[in-house]
Amino acid sequence: MRYVAPSTLEEASAFLVDANGNGRVLAGGTDLLVQLRAGMANPDTIVDVKHIDELMTIKEEADGIRIGAAVCGQAMGEHAGLNNTWPGLVEATELIGSTQVQGRASAGGNLCNASPAADSVPAMIAAGAMISVYGPDGHRELAVENFATAPGKTNLKEGELITSIKLPKPAERSGDAYLRMTPRTEMDIAIVGLGVALTLDGEGTVTAARVGLGAVAPTAMLVKEAGDALVGSKLDDEALERAAEACRKACNPINDKRGTIEYRTKIAGVLLKRVAKIAAERAGS
Amino acid sequence: MAKNHVTTTINGEPVEFLCETHETMLDVLRNDLGLTGSKEGCGSGDCGACSVMVDGRLACACLMLGAEAEGRSIETIEGMAAGEELHPLQKNFVKEAALQCGICTPGVLVAAKALLERNPDPTETEVRYWLAGNLCRCTGYDKIIRAVMDTAAEMRAN
Repeated sequence: MRYVAPSTLEEASAFLVDANGNGRVLAGGTDLLVQLRAGMANPDTIVDVKHIDELMTIKEEADGIRIGAAVCGQAMGEHAGLNNTWPGLVEATELIGSTQVQGRASAGGNLCNASPAADSVPAMIAAGAMISVYGPDGHRELAVENFATAPGKTNLKEGELITSIKLPKPAERSGDAYLRMTPRTEMDIAIVGLGVALTLDGEGTVTAARVGLGAVAPTAMLVKEAGDALVGSKLDDEALERAAEACRKACNPINDKRGTIEYRTKIAGVLLKRVAKIAAERAGS
Repeated sequence: MAKNHVTTTINGEPVEFLCETHETMLDVLRNDLGLTGSKEGCGSGDCGACSVMVDGRLACACLMLGAEAEGRSIETIEGMAAGEELHPLQKNFVKEAALQCGICTPGVLVAAKALLERNPDPTETEVRYWLAGNLCRCTGYDKIIRAVMDTAAEMRAN
């Protein structure tokens, strides 16, 4: 097993291509090192991407904020612009692991690990975030909800890596929020995670809404019907119940020691109502 | 496969070492450099006994490759006291008996120091959340939290 630390995307991709399917990208390492130790991963080449500037910076652009794929959660939490525009995404990211994990773990890694219960992913889906990928065929972009294909699987092709995650600039009177349910209060894995991003008009009517739902299906997903159910409403009980029902319908969860199918499904609806209200409060303030 | 040749800074001193790619920073500290203050509890980033600072951020040394230390600045528990003079956190942990078996203590101290450098006046809740990644099976945490709060107050007063 060799370790390489390239300083450009081209070199990083070339190392991955050379490894012929046996290369792994190392960002914060909070998933990869656990897999190495458990013998679940045994790559020939480890490509440390933390020396590539583009992957390590948060950049405010005219039409949004671009987060380097290897920026750690703590650095996201320290970024004023990101906190002001997408507080729900910051909260979701900060729920991942301990302070020690926050100093290393990245949004790009959370995406690539492709856990159905990844906390930052439903929040990114709600925000309408786009992933930038670089590989042998150059650059491409795709929506976060189209990235994971199954637990632990993504649609990254050989030699490809995530370079950044782009969050759009929210419209006036927009807000986002994320909540998760865990059996313990801290240091646990979500049994449901739900993000909402919405926009209000001057009267408080929802004009746009997106709902991201995690931990209740093989991959985190966009629940379009739930967002649609909120649009045109002032988040009255009836609209919230319709959106909650859309979330419950979207559930296809596993039964495990953390939560039963029935419980996860019920909680998906409960969280929708709570999260939508927090997002609306933020949009209105 | 040739070993990785790493040049780094540990507790302010330049250090060079050779390591296999699979060796973690914790392996290197403990087995190659004789810095055994950082402990291995779980080896999977859950317990915090191997907490170190890497370029000013708290991290688990068990979740970092030794090879990644190239060009970085690492701080461990061995660098916490100034010679024979213990850090105020260390003094208060002794004074208030904020430890029993001691395995978690180096990691707790490194993490607590990182907190007080960022936030000299934390609430008890903030201390508890910050230290949530440092597990202690002996104390039930109360004495640890009290010692950190008392140290924060003392450092603010001085």
